[in-house]
Amino acid sequence: MSEQQTAPASGPKVKKFMFVNRKAPYGTIYALESLEVVLITATFDQDVSLVFLDDGVYELVKGQQTKGIGIKNFSPSYRALDGYDVEKLYVDAASMAQRGLTEKDLLVPVEVLDAQQMGALMAEQDVILSF
Amino acid sequence: MLHIVNKSPFQTSTLESCLRMAQPGSAILLIEDGIYAATAGSSLEARIREAQATIKVYALQPDMDARGVTPKLLEGITLVDYGGFVDLTAEYKTSHSWL
Repeated sequence: MSEQQTAPASGPKVKKFMFVNRKAPYGTIYALESLEVVLITATFDQDVSLVFLDDGVYELVKGQQTKGIGIKNFSPSYRALDGYDVEKLYVDAASMAQRGLTEKDLLVPVEVLDAQQMGALMAEQDVILSF
Repeated sequence: MLHIVNKSPFQTSTLESCLRMAQPGSAILLIEDGIYAATAGSSLEARIREAQATIKVYALQPDMDARGVTPKLLEGITLVDYGGFVDLTAEYKTSHSWL
């Protein structure tokens, strides 16, 4: 007779969460909302990845000085993510190239992926939230 | 005519439609996410340079500063502040704020 387990002995399964960021910061609220959801999700100890593609790559550009537009600069929060064990940040190579950006323009270390690699990573996820 | 574009050129076709419609002697003011069209090295650079032959292109500096891209300003684009924005609307009889 085989022993059957109804739940893993160590607790519920950790899920892979991916946050897809495709909007530039400040012009719309999506970039900030996404970051706030990530920070909340981080408290649940899941396997979190952030991907930045299309205009989302602009969210990580360094040197954001927002005083003139009267909005709080939230870009330092991307640097604080590793303190929440959110360390997997990926950018789409084609989106960077299309916008004339390189890794040197960004305020955090990222892994640059091509579309095939990013697509494969997406396909592995349990939950995808798109902003 | 002063054409005001506030959307990223990569997010919508707004700027492209504006460029097709804007007549020689008119001006385009890029604000909010629209300022990304004023950055050098993007896939749009040639299109913007072409437009600059007959249209004056401006970008709102506080919006470029906020996004950290002021150092990448495309040559030939004039930066304005909010006061300059107001001056432009007075200079051109009519404005079209594209959505």
